[in-house]
Amino acid sequence: MQFTIEVGRYNSEGIYADTAVPGRSFPPPWDKSPERRYQTYTVELPEHAVVLDALIAIREYQDPSLAVRCACRSAICGSCAMWINGHANLACKSKLAAFTNDGKTRVESPPSMPLIRDLVCDMTPFWEKHLAVKPWLENKEPIPPANEEYRVPNAAMDELIQEVSCISCSACLMDCESFAVNPDFLGPQALAQAYRYVGDPRDDKTKERLAELSKPGGIWDCTHCYECVTQCPKGVAPLDQILKLRKLAVDAGFTNNAGTRHADAFASSVKHSGRLNELTLLPLSTGIFNIIGQLKTLPSAFNMARAGKLPPLIHKAIPGVERIRKIFQRVGGRFK
Amino acid sequence: MKVAFFPGCVSKGACPELYVSANLIAEPLGLELHELTQAPCTGAGVLSEQNPELADALNGLTLAMAEAEGADLMTICSTCQGVLSNHNYKFAHDEARLERANATIADQGFRYGGTTKVKHLLWMLFEDIGEDRIRAAIKRKLTGLKIAPFYGCYILRPVESLGLKERPERKGYLERLITMLGAEAVEYKGATKCCGFPMITFNRDKALAMGGNHIIEAKEKGADLLVTPCPLCHLNLDGQQPDAARVLKKDIGVPIFHLPQLLGLAFGFEPDQLRLNHHVVSTKGALEKVELKV
Repeated sequence: MQFTIEVGRYNSEGIYADTAVPGRSFPPPWDKSPERRYQTYTVELPEHAVVLDALIAIREYQDPSLAVRCACRSAICGSCAMWINGHANLACKSKLAAFTNDGKTRVESPPSMPLIRDLVCDMTPFWEKHLAVKPWLENKEPIPPANEEYRVPNAAMDELIQEVSCISCSACLMDCESFAVNPDFLGPQALAQAYRYVGDPRDDKTKERLAELSKPGGIWDCTHCYECVTQCPKGVAPLDQILKLRKLAVDAGFTNNAGTRHADAFASSVKHSGRLNELTLLPLSTGIFNIIGQLKTLPSAFNMARAGKLPPLIHKAIPGVERIRKIFQRVGGRFK
Repeated sequence: MKVAFFPGCVSKGACPELYVSANLIAEPLGLELHELTQAPCTGAGVLSEQNPELADALNGLTLAMAEAEGADLMTICSTCQGVLSNHNYKFAHDEARLERANATIADQGFRYGGTTKVKHLLWMLFEDIGEDRIRAAIKRKLTGLKIAPFYGCYILRPVESLGLKERPERKGYLERLITMLGAEAVEYKGATKCCGFPMITFNRDKALAMGGNHIIEAKEKGADLLVTPCPLCHLNLDGQQPDAARVLKKDIGVPIFHLPQLLGLAFGFEPDQLRLNHHVVSTKGALEKVELKV
């Protein structure tokens, strides 16, 4: 079967705009990425071929100058994550036939990562974030003697199978929308790894980890867009792990942040009226004593009021709100 | 066709124009709206995160109310759609979870049997109402307008609970609709990305940059306006647009329409009826292209 592949190239054909330089600062916002140019190749491969088969065929038989990073070809090593038709995927796991749109497949280095050449991006930001969450166990006492295993109940590890499945391919970070505008955000992979250690019964630094993760750049800087869940080739579902961390952090008392204030204000509004009171949500989330934060929201509030888009000043409860209050009481827990 | 209508908090709060226009377009589309006036807020994912059992009970109650109406539940908000779909999916795959929610709402005289279908208006247009009926309702072609679709995350992801694995065509309904109404759909990366709203209270400038970047990309591709099925996206993209322009140090000035407002225009309603004069970013320029005024 014949497949047409468009490859985003940095070098020989003058591909990428002149402004692009290797190792440029990262990440450029989506819209500012240099206008890419693509080199088109045609390859003859069986119907079941994957994108990586095509790239290797191009490199071996058509154009030895093509740079592509790969190793295991079995979705285990995590080397070949790249943008395929505008989203991060493993080239070795993506069937060409499934990724052919209008007769072609487009592959390129993700614009959110610094570029080295062609399909090879610089993984430095990924590894920096990964290391920042201290992805190793800090053993809890009593530590077994050196020649013995540190054993835990099987059920405790069952909870962590999803996170342990991560192969560090960076597909989640490549498509992370928060990372695209905020290079300081730890990102989905590092945070999912953080949960892997926070959730491990052998780890002694749970509280310290949660304190660190509650700081700016951590769990509250995720925008909840589910891109990481969609792109992860191993089912790690990083966002789900971030949400678990948020709950654990709040339960552990790390509540002096906009995220917790937002959840509390949200719950209080629903409990008292059955619905959201947008008029009080923003100021309460920002923090009543955060004068600078409050001032920053004023121009938008003013614009909305002028357009007649301010929520009603008297916030009415839904009919039958008593029912909602009783449900809050009955469930108990946080927000009761 | 009867639907159990779940308008969502924002359409009755900061985006009243959405509620008004959704009610206007119901008749030409043959929708009989039975509003679930006693249904609570979905919790927008915030409650599920901190107290999953509470969110299960509240959304279980809403799903039970729709079930009692004997009709599909219709949302006009991508976020409400995402949260209700998510709880419905979990109930369908975890009987014990459904039973726990039922035990909580039983005191209030409700029980959810698991049969409610949750559908955004956008999905109903193509799956229940049908293209013929939409075409028959069109009185004013929107020819000449270049419209950029903006879906909002929670109507696209996660794919399992939203039924996108079974119905991948749901990812293209906005483009299809824009073309049907006589306008041109603008192709750009931002269409399926995040508006930044969930982060607006945590990291304001980054949230504004996120939404602003997508509007600028659409504008550079020639868009006269963006259309969104999500009022939370609308709040960030329209309500905060002047602030986003300040953060990004760029002029933006692209109006954001709610899905029912766009339909309403094509169905012959006047811009004032659809409250297109109650936006932060003026809709004037876009409307002039189809010889309308606000």
